[in-house]
Amino acid sequence: MPYVPPEQLMKDRSDYAHKGIARGKSVVAVECVDGILFVAENPSVTLHKISEVYDRIAFAGVGKYSEFEDLRIAGVRHADLRGYSYGREDVKARDLANAYSQTLSTIFTQQMKPYEVELLVAEIGEEPEGNAMYHILFDGSVTDEDHFVAMGGKAEDLGNALKGAWEAGWDLPTAVGSSVKALSTVESRQIEATQIEAGILDRTAKGRRKFHRLDAAEVANILSNG
Amino acid sequence: MRGDVPEPPLPPGRPIGANPSFFDLVMSVRPEAAPVPRQPEGEVPAAHGTTVLGLKFGGGVVMAGDRRATEGYSIADDRIEKVFAADEYSAIAIAGAAGQAVEIVKLFQLELEHYEKITGDRLSLEGKANRLAQMIRGNFPLALQGLVVVPLFGGFDERRAEGRLFYYDATGGRWEEEDYHATGSGGRPAKSSLKKRWRPGLAPDEAVRVAVEALVDASEEDVATGGPDAARGIYPTVLAIASEGVSGVPEDEVKTAYEAVLGGRA
Repeated sequence: MPYVPPEQLMKDRSDYAHKGIARGKSVVAVECVDGILFVAENPSVTLHKISEVYDRIAFAGVGKYSEFEDLRIAGVRHADLRGYSYGREDVKARDLANAYSQTLSTIFTQQMKPYEVELLVAEIGEEPEGNAMYHILFDGSVTDEDHFVAMGGKAEDLGNALKGAWEAGWDLPTAVGSSVKALSTVESRQIEATQIEAGILDRTAKGRRKFHRLDAAEVANILSNG
Repeated sequence: MRGDVPEPPLPPGRPIGANPSFFDLVMSVRPEAAPVPRQPEGEVPAAHGTTVLGLKFGGGVVMAGDRRATEGYSIADDRIEKVFAADEYSAIAIAGAAGQAVEIVKLFQLELEHYEKITGDRLSLEGKANRLAQMIRGNFPLALQGLVVVPLFGGFDERRAEGRLFYYDATGGRWEEEDYHATGSGGRPAKSSLKKRWRPGLAPDEAVRVAVEALVDASEEDVATGGPDAARGIYPTVLAIASEGVSGVPEDEVKTAYEAVLGGRA
């Protein structure tokens, strides 16, 4: 095999992953008064980008569906095993983010091709200060984010749009409206409610499972009243 | 974590797609955490939960259980819970070896939640009932050692839009019941009571009263079944499952039903 300098190898893989992710649609997560809201443009109502992982933890993925779905399932297993072996309150987003980071980093360095994905693991605390959002890249690097996260092809523009807009204490309609507006702005077209996938980790929800989806009718209702 | 993630890309020969069973998963990667031991030996002294029952009413199913656990001729616990919500639309009531039973309930609850999270769909009620049968069958070696676990399983079938009730034996045999069933040490007197009081299309509050009366009757015929105890404030656990899901019947309603039962006898 011809010699390829490691810098070149890593750069090639990184470029490859970037290109794959840039082809996909974006996801945003924003903190709001009752928890954390996730919004994505997703023409499919069954192939989700946003999902429940555990009682207070949710997952969002962008890039190649089969790859982030693989990781989502691994995450649910990881969390359920933790909660079963120890206690439900012992399942933490940080632990899951570390596990993802290890896995993606191994894949990035040891497999033929890197995963073309970015993940978000978010957890709501009892109080807004206890919220945690971990953004994990295809090479396993993790960043601990505050207030809002943008992922996907147009992440940078989206991040800038949210930076100008985000305020503490957003209620749900404001958060949905602002997120859809940010997504529409970077795509330079109006995204319809039927194209929106949304879910919320809502600390005011009854029971221990705090994640629930907002269906198209709910999103349409919020957008038309906003 | 590395062991938990399918090593990507998937190695050849490995089945693709996720197995959504938490039970299978825990048996393969954490067998020591599962409640199925490898080589049970001898009789094990253990607390036993006594009487549980389930009955259908107009809009669904009511499940109830007394609060006593016994160990031989002693009362091991007077406030034990034997009826649990399995998920949003089903409940499980367990008689038999208490420690084993509680573990099976915990595992069954996770089994349903795990399936739902992995696949994005709730299991059908039929699917849940079958899964429970397989888990009870897994306990069979222990049942031979005296640690028998016999559950009742009731739920609201969202596809058929009706309540359904299942009972099991220690070998994992599963039968569907059309009206009512009771199991445990006081199961026989409870069933006789249900036979007299139950009729099709009971209203929810009537169903609660019939359930409480059956438990009172069982406690009067069976030493291992604990009757309601007004002085210490111990009342049976009663859950109702209808189209809107599982809900615990509040203690004051159970108390009212108990007083009505006593009133009817005065």
